Amino acid sequence: MSDKQRITVTVNDQEHDLLVEPRTLALDLLRDELRLTGTHAGCEQGVCGACTILVDGKITRACLMFAVQLDGCSVETVESLGSPDGTMHPIQRAFSENHGLQCGFCTPGMLMVTQELLRREPRPDAETARAAIAGNHCRCTGYQHIVASVCAAGRAMSEAEHQHVDRQDVEHQGARA
Amino acid sequence: MSVTTHSGGSILGHPVKRTEDRELITGAGVYTGNMPVEGALHAFFVRSPIAHGTLGDIDVDEAKGMPGVVAVYTAADLELNDRPGLPGVVPETMNRPLLAKGKVRHVGDIVAIVVAETASEAIDAAETVFPDIEPLPAVTDIEAAMADDAPLLFEGTESNMVAGAGTGEVEGIFDDADVVVKAKFHNQKLAGVPMEPNAVVVEPGENGKLTFWASTQTPHGLRDQMAGDLGVDGEDVRVIAPRVGGGFGPKAFAYSEYSIIARAAQKLGRPVRWNETRSENMLSMVHGRAQVQWVELGVKNDGTFVGLRATAVGDAGAYPAIGAVLPSLTQLLAQGVYDLPAIDFTWKAVATNTTTVGAYRGAGRPEATQLLERIIDMAADEIGMDPLEIRRKNYLQPEQYPLTTLTGANYDTAEHEKAADAAKEAAGYDALLAEQKRRRESGDRIALGIGVGSYVEVTAPLGLDGEYGSAQAHPDGTFTVMAGTSAHGQGHETAFCQLASSVLGVPMEKIKLVQSDTELVRSGAGTLGSRSLQTGGTAIHNASQELVAEAREIAAHLLEAAVEDIDHSDDGFGVRGIGDKVITWAQIAQAAEDGSGYEDGRGHEMRQELDFKAGDSTFPFGTHIAVVEVDLDTGFVKQRRHVAVDDCGIILNPMLVAGQQHGGIAQGISQALYERVTYDEDGNPTSGNLASYTIPTAADLPSFEVSNTETTTPLNPIGAKGIGESGTIGSTPAVHNAVIDAVSHLGIHHIDMPLTPETVWRAIHGANGSDPATRQQAGPEYAGKAITEDTPDSAQA
Ligand code: FES
Ligand code: FES
Repeated sequence: MSDKQRITVTVNDQEHDLLVEPRTLALDLLRDELRLTGTHAGCEQGVCGACTILVDGKITRACLMFAVQLDGCSVETVESLGSPDGTMHPIQRAFSENHGLQCGFCTPGMLMVTQELLRREPRPDAETARAAIAGNHCRCTGYQHIVASVCAAGRAMSEAEHQHVDRQDVEHQGARA
Repeated sequence: MSVTTHSGGSILGHPVKRTEDRELITGAGVYTGNMPVEGALHAFFVRSPIAHGTLGDIDVDEAKGMPGVVAVYTAADLELNDRPGLPGVVPETMNRPLLAKGKVRHVGDIVAIVVAETASEAIDAAETVFPDIEPLPAVTDIEAAMADDAPLLFEGTESNMVAGAGTGEVEGIFDDADVVVKAKFHNQKLAGVPMEPNAVVVEPGENGKLTFWASTQTPHGLRDQMAGDLGVDGEDVRVIAPRVGGGFGPKAFAYSEYSIIARAAQKLGRPVRWNETRSENMLSMVHGRAQVQWVELGVKNDGTFVGLRATAVGDAGAYPAIGAVLPSLTQLLAQGVYDLPAIDFTWKAVATNTTTVGAYRGAGRPEATQLLERIIDMAADEIGMDPLEIRRKNYLQPEQYPLTTLTGANYDTAEHEKAADAAKEAAGYDALLAEQKRRRESGDRIALGIGVGSYVEVTAPLGLDGEYGSAQAHPDGTFTVMAGTSAHGQGHETAFCQLASSVLGVPMEKIKLVQSDTELVRSGAGTLGSRSLQTGGTAIHNASQELVAEAREIAAHLLEAAVEDIDHSDDGFGVRGIGDKVITWAQIAQAAEDGSGYEDGRGHEMRQELDFKAGDSTFPFGTHIAVVEVDLDTGFVKQRRHVAVDDCGIILNPMLVAGQQHGGIAQGISQALYERVTYDEDGNPTSGNLASYTIPTAADLPSFEVSNTETTTPLNPIGAKGIGESGTIGSTPAVHNAVIDAVSHLGIHHIDMPLTPETVWRAIHGANGSDPATRQQAGPEYAGKAITEDTPDSAQA
């Protein structure tokens, strides 16, 4: 349609230099151009949360944002979770262990919301978790197992963190002794 | 339980984690919209913005010249057979033209298809297509569609009536009754809203072959429907359902969009894809429920039921199909869980200028439960009896089973009191009643309501009690099992492998489930009607047993022993009493393939397949208790608790069962409190997106307290009944009853769903007991309150 615009965007730690049409949505850029199809479209109007990504660490609806607005930004999608060697992220593990998904369509959005929540609130209780995911629709689970997954992920991650800190303490003291 | 396992079946009944999850939590799950198909074009549909009208010329000239546009087709350009709604039920005069011909019948009716290189080019071009439509009067509500002077949707018909039947009149049905309560209920139209809308890619191949990747619950059904629409052989159509983002019934329907796209792909010789937008989805995907019910229940003063008389009229929508017979399922379950001496039931279905109605989680059965459970509460209120007590007084007793109900359902097994007692206990019912009393006496403006819903439902209904299954052993020690069911979130890869694992005596990781592909799986009825475990699961279970029997024979041949002396253990097959030599599954499969395992030396793959037929449906049941708070100043309802005791027979995987209960309950609560498809008087949808059609979020719902009783069924060897729809069926009346209970001391007997703050507030203020949208849909004489035979004025109470 109109002239393409050049943008530079970092997606899951990888920098991309892209030419995009001004009207292309961030959602379509991710799914169609970058083939990151884990981000889903459930309503295309900002209601369902299936398209949730993190832009500079903030929860963002990819369907409500133009690709050009991502210029200079850092984007995290569901594909950023877990390690390339196949080790699952504790959030992913918690969702699987607590049956936090059925059809899986809402799941990438739920995972990204959880990622953002746990960065600012490492040990959420059920009420906090419920409030945090309230912007995302799931038609399969009735949310209860998602709430449990979010809390379990928080527990697992902060326990791992503590163990890590404890170990560091031990090493530290060892070095001093 | 009667499951045959070699070693006690230790994996059965355990919350085994899902093998599906890894792919879905890493974003690697391939849904139809992600399916990479080289060179695929994109389709977009031009839809009628008018609910009812005469279709004149369609101006497609500008669109054809737009950038990227490859083709624009209307009905005149594509040869497509009109589709019969439901042969033998829906009159042929109501056949559906897949692209509108001569008339449009609902907002969203398809007028043209635009095919372009990209989706945005297709959308741009579609906006320039101009159909000339002369509006006709539209009819969107059930009663208005039945009226003598109603505008007719179809030429060659004398009315909009589609189908109907009944039990026949019962003379003197209420003669022994002390009280007869009467009411009119509106069971509102709902949208299924799977989070993934419809999606399809059709690829034309060699020799006229067509491959569909589609977001469907019923690959084989879709294949057959496509073959019919396109006039091709079923064998030339292959349907694959990749990951499917929820279904809930509506994806068991073969959408006209799919046939139109297939025809376009054939003509163009290129793959064509369509990802439905949510706004299209709300217009095109079949809706559910949509009934008006007139109900009368006669009771004695001690609570004994005397008889039920009811008429249920269902909205079949613009192109009547399966929706035309869903009210017959309402009739089938009209006796509920009760020892009702007499039932006089009539059902009808009518066409309206609204989105076609199809199956949605429960499909005809929630309407029955809702009808009964509401009128029972009204009767209890009238005679001053506790709602749980009046139910207990009338429950069918275990020793009465199996039985055929007055409306012809063959109930298999049940223990209603057990489920109700468990729910009562879990809810702390008596303490709740005391708290309610305390609040009322203290004039608390936050009223407490307690609601009960007891239900029975039919799973694997409408002849869907048979299914194909197979089990195969490979020489590398792995196994493949297949079923004609097609999971879309339920976790069959886990559950069915769990089942096969217990029979074969091998770890689950060795077993792969193949489903959802009509070329690989010989036949199948798909996943709908809560049928999958009891039919597809059983077929796999039985095929696995036959595979074990075959393995025994091969082992006997190889070990030169009698078949009866062969022992099957986790290690493989050996001769009883001679412990040292064991032959593994891999060796047996190898011997089968190279022929050394058989007397005649003729090798073949080691595979068993069969068609399991249960012979009838199963009937899960249970009791739900809901606790709500109603703000008497604002009408706002907050559900505090939801206790559900659901009996789905013997449980294979409690984690998956709880997941089904939770999801079902959420949808059932949502019908009671939030959801409703609405239209204005011209037939324009006013709930056409997720901002106006409100499905609940986590903040709207309580944490559910679910448990189970386990009453086995003789209809399949695993003793399983369905669980997919139970939560939805039990929860709606419990929540509805709870809200009415909370305001019953104000003289309110009934308010129609959804119980939005406005609706409840109006009822509290006596403003005709319902909001304008409800009245508009439910008809002019709707009063929203119970009327008792002897005191007709109580309607105004
Ligand atoms: S697709 Fe973005 S919020 Fe629904
Ligand atoms: S798991 Fe299906 S929508 Fe959430």
